[in-house]
Amino acid sequence: MTTLARILLFATLMVSAVSARAQLVIEITQGMDDPTAIAVVPFATEGAGIAPADIAEIVADDLRRSGQFSPVRRDNMLSYPSTADDVYFRDWRAIDTEYVLIGRVTPGERLRVDYELFDVNRERSVLSGSQSDASGEARMLAHRVSDAVYEHITGIPGAFATRLLYVSVERNLQGKDYYRLTLSDADGARPIVLLESREPIMAPSWAPDGREIAYVSFETGRPAIFRQELRSGAREQLTNFRGLNSSPAWSPDGNTVAMVLSKDGSPDIYLMDMASRSLNRITRHYAIDTEPTWMPDGKSILFTSDRGGRPQIYRYHLQTGITDRVTFEGNYNARARIAQDGRNMVLVHQRDGQYHIAIHDLVTDRLQVLTSTDLDESPSIAPNGSMVLYATKSGDRGILSAVSVDGGVKFNLPARSGDVREPAWSPYLMP
Amino acid sequence: MKDLPVAGKALTLLFTAAFLVACSGTDTQQQEEAAAAAAAAEAAAAQQAREAEQAAAREAAAAREAAAEERRLEQAVAAAGSTFYFDFDSSTLTTEARQALDAHIALLRTNDRNVRLDGHTDERGTRDYNMALGERRANSVRDYMVVNGIASYRIETVSYGEEQPVAYGSGEENWSQNRRVELSRQ
Repeated sequence: MTTLARILLFATLMVSAVSARAQLVIEITQGMDDPTAIAVVPFATEGAGIAPADIAEIVADDLRRSGQFSPVRRDNMLSYPSTADDVYFRDWRAIDTEYVLIGRVTPGERLRVDYELFDVNRERSVLSGSQSDASGEARMLAHRVSDAVYEHITGIPGAFATRLLYVSVERNLQGKDYYRLTLSDADGARPIVLLESREPIMAPSWAPDGREIAYVSFETGRPAIFRQELRSGAREQLTNFRGLNSSPAWSPDGNTVAMVLSKDGSPDIYLMDMASRSLNRITRHYAIDTEPTWMPDGKSILFTSDRGGRPQIYRYHLQTGITDRVTFEGNYNARARIAQDGRNMVLVHQRDGQYHIAIHDLVTDRLQVLTSTDLDESPSIAPNGSMVLYATKSGDRGILSAVSVDGGVKFNLPARSGDVREPAWSPYLMP
Repeated sequence: MKDLPVAGKALTLLFTAAFLVACSGTDTQQQEEAAAAAAAAEAAAAQQAREAEQAAAREAAAAREAAAEERRLEQAVAAAGSTFYFDFDSSTLTTEARQALDAHIALLRTNDRNVRLDGHTDERGTRDYNMALGERRANSVRDYMVVNGIASYRIETVSYGEEQPVAYGSGEENWSQNRRVELSRQ
């Protein structure tokens, strides 16, 4: 691989544990009206050793955060069964529980979690399984249990065992800004700083296999696009053009990165072939063309353009080279992201002078505003299409917030200090 | 000190004349002619020295004037400031911005230094769209400078979008300070 030679290693910059205060904490602000009551019983520990984490607590938090479940408090449980024989449905009906999840954790070289889900009304076991992991990432095991339970009950695959990228900015006592690119679990836990810089870091985005990312860093004194492997930390500068180098977006097959360059005059969308590094300019307009994102089938690209006077979403069809306008409602629609179904498009929409997150159905062309706060931006949709993570302001601080695609569930993920921005939700990750 | 070689040459001439006089035997007429020549040479040398002195004085005055002019241009630039502000959602130069830029252009015409223009926006709207707006602002400053005679290769533009506000917090009071282009001489 010729690219390997060009890969630069900045080992000292990468993969350092983040200080606890930069970690995101979750505050649920709005759930569904009639959430499903589920008892996640503390998991028993089998064999020698100590369980590395409270698996049941992580699962209960995941389900609560979805807004669709109301986990039963532990002190309301009449017993803590860990095997099917010990589950007495009468006890759970007595406290209006619809589902009971029990489990066992086996510590060791290969951490193992066994779980079983019971439907209280039907009085039977409905799901059982086990998860194990050699790396001992107990929290990821717990999230995979949450994914299985969520999918069984709602019919939608869970997206708890996924990860986030986000940018944070902290100002030190001398008034100097420090920008950090952080990788964390979807619940904000286990944050790892991937890059720290005195200069801005922007637009983190995931490769479809979840093993690589791309972003914009100003560390050279100008914006440049970098790619970085998560496991090895190897990184490479992809662009160094005069003018804008922004908005990298990986194609669904991972072979191409769409990006915005202004080297030929005005900001236009270019495609970089990752094998040859050759560039292909796909928009040619004196207006601003920016914020490209790929449709899940890889056949067209959505982007923001002010060629009509105000920023609106347009769609470029790669096979025909035809561009058509997608949004018409309002005078500011920008930075679209599309769900895996190819239908739900989330974007920034201005209404009454305020910037909200909205969802636009590409089939019916109906637009629905999801948020009521101002200065909402950078929407990123979960791989299962259920939740939208975005950046907003709380007071003078930048925080992350999440809203379900139907607008019914909301929670905030503020950092304990500093500003957080530009969340990017990972695709599904291979265990 | 430029007049020294001239005076030196005159002195050499003078000594040569005196030497010729000393060596030329007894002819009185020859002696008189030699003396006259020496006197003429001395006068010519003095004249040359005077002229050189005057030229030097003129040069020094011109240099002083140029330095004063540069100081005046520098002062005008300092008074104008190096930050140019923009209206909301606009990359059009305001009258104040043009006046301030004129001061920079006048100074840049007298030297060959390069400049860098950093474009910025307020926090409203999306980050990557604002990157493009920041570039549009920097380009509009660059275009004004180029039209007024500054070579485009001397100007670099970089957009920071909304990433580096000078005033934190929301509201027009803060936003108006952040919609700007900053000029720095390289």
